[in-house]
Amino acid sequence: MATTSTTLSASTPGLLKRQSVLNGIKLGGTYLVLTFFAALISIPLLWILSTSLKTSTQIFTWPIEWIPNPFRFENYPEALASRPFGTWALNSIICAGFSVIGHCLSATIVGYSFSRMRWSGRNILFLVMLSGLMLPQEVTLIPQFIIFSKIGWVNTLYPLFVPTFFGGAFNIFIMRQFMLTLPKDLDDAAKIDGCTHLQTLFRIILPQVFPALGFIAINTFRNRWNDFFHPLIYLNDPKLFTLALGLRSFMSEYMVEWSYLMAASIMVMLPVIILFFFAQRYFIQGIVFTGVKG
Amino acid sequence: MKIASFPKLRLKLSTQDEIAGWLFALPWILGFLMFTLGPMIWSAFMSFTNYDMFKWQWTGLANFRRMFLVDDLVLRSLGVTTTYALMSVPLHLTFGFTLALLLNQKIKGLSIWRTIFYLPSVISGVAVIIMWILILSPEFGLINSMLAYIGIKGPNWLGSPQTALPSLVMMSLWGVGGSMLIYLGGLQGIPTELYDAAKVDGCNDWKSFWNVTVPMMSPVIFFNLVMGIIGALQTFDTAFIATRGGPAFSTYFYMLHLFTNAFEMLKMGYASALAWVLFIYIMILTMLVFRFGSTWVFYEEAFRKDKKSKVRKNV
Repeated sequence: MATTSTTLSASTPGLLKRQSVLNGIKLGGTYLVLTFFAALISIPLLWILSTSLKTSTQIFTWPIEWIPNPFRFENYPEALASRPFGTWALNSIICAGFSVIGHCLSATIVGYSFSRMRWSGRNILFLVMLSGLMLPQEVTLIPQFIIFSKIGWVNTLYPLFVPTFFGGAFNIFIMRQFMLTLPKDLDDAAKIDGCTHLQTLFRIILPQVFPALGFIAINTFRNRWNDFFHPLIYLNDPKLFTLALGLRSFMSEYMVEWSYLMAASIMVMLPVIILFFFAQRYFIQGIVFTGVKG
Repeated sequence: MKIASFPKLRLKLSTQDEIAGWLFALPWILGFLMFTLGPMIWSAFMSFTNYDMFKWQWTGLANFRRMFLVDDLVLRSLGVTTTYALMSVPLHLTFGFTLALLLNQKIKGLSIWRTIFYLPSVISGVAVIIMWILILSPEFGLINSMLAYIGIKGPNWLGSPQTALPSLVMMSLWGVGGSMLIYLGGLQGIPTELYDAAKVDGCNDWKSFWNVTVPMMSPVIFFNLVMGIIGALQTFDTAFIATRGGPAFSTYFYMLHLFTNAFEMLKMGYASALAWVLFIYIMILTMLVFRFGSTWVFYEEAFRKDKKSKVRKNV
């Protein structure tokens, strides 16, 4: 591009000027379209934020009162106090927390085996795992439910996190790909120094794979926090509800109290939003990685 | 002495490695047997029975016969699900790709724009669905209030059979930032030399879009297409929370039918048959896309290897 523009400027300065004007218009148009889409995408969030701070009469006024006057911050504590949100939050944290530990641990160990250890059957089993990546969950869903119900785990939180300790194909795949990029000399040096595989993994390899672990942890947390389907089939007792499930039961009872509903929804979204702002790098790295390499 | 013991030591080490390798992979192997392979075999078996959590009887093909001859909700929900996929997948592709193209220019504040577009796809879940239920509410929802400014009386979005399914498509489009980011990653990976070369060859922006961007992006587009189809056919949460399949079954997704049969009526045998039919349907569609994809997806690897060896020769 640089070469073409210099030749152009040497011969026809007028053309270059026209081109830069054209580029300016193009860039301006880009900003215009981007602003339009950005508004379209963020207005819903702004609207529920404002709705969550309104009294019930303010909500139903037209034209829309974007900045509520007065702000009604009491909606938040009142909404939270009306149902056992604390218990639900704790359940969500237990499920998401143990799932994060489970997936990180299993992905690291199994990923190490699939990437840095030599054993027969490794390649075949890896292929089996890859074919499982595309497998939709509905075929395994019903037998899994039956297993968990036969061992008495329905209406407990166990089905929501215990399977993560056995590894997820996708996370193991990510970890394996990441570990393959580390130099083989690391293991050899550790071996010469007399490290066992466990020592090599936890002392030498683990500190190198934090980016992959970060992605797995964040992705797992978000998926588990937002998961609705599994809590729905496994939990009946309102005391065991996760936030996702509790929020829905809250919705069916408080459909008229919009401000409460919105206040509660925002509180449920908040942890993920905060996490997103602190760990955006991992989110973006991961999604690009999965998209391009997947 | 030393030389003689050496091979023995190596053999010992490799058997040790062998055992260690299997041991380290054991969690996944067990998990695969318990949560994937075992359940798959079991569910295939169950689909030929009338298992209801307590007793079972071999019923042969009765479940499948019932699905297509008696239970008219099966084909209906399959139709709803397919229509939804046909609407949402192309729209996601178009909007995701367009946004990525816009962001892939020399614009200021890329990370801020990216955050704005990507955030909604991160905070999916029940809270977002509830937000949309209120936004789409006929009287005082955001959309109809906005439409009222220009004097249009908006429809009863989720409440009428004509608009309910398109409303769900619109809801899903709010999360388009996820696929946008994948496209953006792909776009940033296209080497700039290709565009320079196209310019030297006399391509304008439009031509270089079709001759450089689209071929280079085709694997990413293909990936998003396949994942989009699989995801759309498994839609459950939005429909279950926002409409419960109504009104008049206009949003009665296949997964809702499966859920009702399995977890409300406990017809596990029949629901397993439903699951397998959906699985096969997804497989067929995916294979069609793969078949169709081989005609337009451009894989760089072979090409790049070729190019690299040529470059080396030139040097």
